[in-house]
Amino acid sequence: MTFVMPDSSRPRLVGSAGEAHDRGMQPTYSPPRAGISLTGLEKSFGPVHAVRGIDLDIAPGETVAILGPNGAGKSTTIDMVLGLSRPDRGEVALFGMNPTDAVAAGAIGGMLQTGSLIGQLTIRELVRLTASLYPNPHGVDEALALTGLADIADRRTEKLSGGQTQRVRFATAIVADPELLVLDEPTVALDVEGRHAFWSAMRNFARDGKTVIFATHYLEEADAFADRIVLMAQGRIVADGTSTEIKARVGMKSIRATLPNAPMDKVSALAGVATAEQHGDAVILTCTDSDTALRGLLAAYPDAHDIEVLGANLEAAFLALTGDPVDNLITQEALQ
Amino acid sequence: MTSVTATLSTVATAPVKPKKPSPLTYTRYELLRTFRNKRFMLFSLAFPLLLFFLVAGPNRHQKLGGINFATYYMVGMLSWGSMAAVIAGGARIAQERSVGWHRQLRITPLPVRTYFATKILSGYALASLSIVLLYAAGISMGVHLSAVHWLELTGYVLVALVPFAVTGIVLGHLLTIDSMGPALGGITSLFAILGGAWGPLASGGFLGTAVKWLPSYWLVKAGQTVVGGSAWPAQAWIVIGIWTAVSIRLAVRVYRHDTQRV
Repeated sequence: MTFVMPDSSRPRLVGSAGEAHDRGMQPTYSPPRAGISLTGLEKSFGPVHAVRGIDLDIAPGETVAILGPNGAGKSTTIDMVLGLSRPDRGEVALFGMNPTDAVAAGAIGGMLQTGSLIGQLTIRELVRLTASLYPNPHGVDEALALTGLADIADRRTEKLSGGQTQRVRFATAIVADPELLVLDEPTVALDVEGRHAFWSAMRNFARDGKTVIFATHYLEEADAFADRIVLMAQGRIVADGTSTEIKARVGMKSIRATLPNAPMDKVSALAGVATAEQHGDAVILTCTDSDTALRGLLAAYPDAHDIEVLGANLEAAFLALTGDPVDNLITQEALQ
Repeated sequence: MTSVTATLSTVATAPVKPKKPSPLTYTRYELLRTFRNKRFMLFSLAFPLLLFFLVAGPNRHQKLGGINFATYYMVGMLSWGSMAAVIAGGARIAQERSVGWHRQLRITPLPVRTYFATKILSGYALASLSIVLLYAAGISMGVHLSAVHWLELTGYVLVALVPFAVTGIVLGHLLTIDSMGPALGGITSLFAILGGAWGPLASGGFLGTAVKWLPSYWLVKAGQTVVGGSAWPAQAWIVIGIWTAVSIRLAVRVYRHDTQRV
């Protein structure tokens, strides 16, 4: 796993196709040019520097999650991958083509973040319309079956629930049978059951050796469905690795305990503790293994009390990874 | 949800040759969408008809500008009605944009040309319906034209509508769904009034000369010259040509820039 520190001055390629190969995710090796390659991408909107230098190579057949809080630059990056927005600097190559040509060739399918459906059509008609635009689409009935829409396929698109709408949007994305499927926060409007159905349909699609990129701010989703997680914060990639690696890094729990006059050097050296901080009488231990750390803490300091174990906080983890002061503009975006 | 277990791999292994997608399905569904939008249809078609009956009805034995009043007013109302219909046809894009469809379409291989052609075609489909209804209304009020004149009238009107159809697309990409109603109402009324669709404007003077550079003037004149017997002058072709060229350039421009979330 490569961690790219945000302040590193020279751009580094992280998670190359070769790595993917080494991890055994891609049985037949393909050179990086055959996949997706983002080089030095930057994009600003007025004063907001939304994307600040993204370098990323994705091998064909990989399922990659772009994980990050709101305002991390995920959607902006995805818009540039899809050719909906032009980078200020840098380059996007999709299977050796620029986004416009890749889209024209029918190689790209996508489900964008915002959006509902156009009206005056039934679900089946809308999926058929989309299929008709692509050179080599899947069968409409198969796409409807795969997304669990077969039973309501003759219903008008204006009369659907949020979850159904989302599934129709997914059906229109996969009916294209694209080489690359891009999903921008696809499960944002779904309940638990809807998410489950969505991802099992996704798995069937990815099984055909297609490349999938999806943006999410749910660590659990990225963990469960991606081969690889790219962590974004404040317009940069801050970490890139397998889900296990990323989870270990951002999934860190912390222990808070009241322990007056704690010898911080000894506390931070406890097994399972990554960092220790002192806040008045309290100590806060950020842990790679909170169970081990807690046992060690109690064994060494039986007078520690008011102990709390706090779950992984993704936002906090992002801030920890990106280092200090949060960009005001980004924070404002995240608050919206 | 047992159907989720179905897999696409069976389909994927079937030998399918890549083919060039045909625009017919897209165009067919766009037309279907236009005609399924009942409220939109009703309001686009009803007002010109209503105004025609209200104004032409009581005056049907009069003459206006040397032309039978009912004929004059039928031509005026069909200019206005068909113009409003083609503009509204394109302006429906604003609604599609509000649900993000413009971005979704942009990541499909649909050629821009097909997209524009289909939008223009669905505007024309609605305009044609408006024209046919007004013909029927005119005939019921005693409008009498020879077969050649009916055909000439139709032909000229359809040509003069081209810049308006493209203008509709421009507006669809510029306006939001909230601003659409007032903007369309204002723009079509202005074009109609200045073009003389609702009654003759004073000829001569600055205004009289200026309005001759509006495509709606020639849209209205298309009908009147046919029924009055005189030909469409070169200026008509030039004005329609210029407006068409300019509106196409604008449409391409606004379409290119319209890739963001609305």
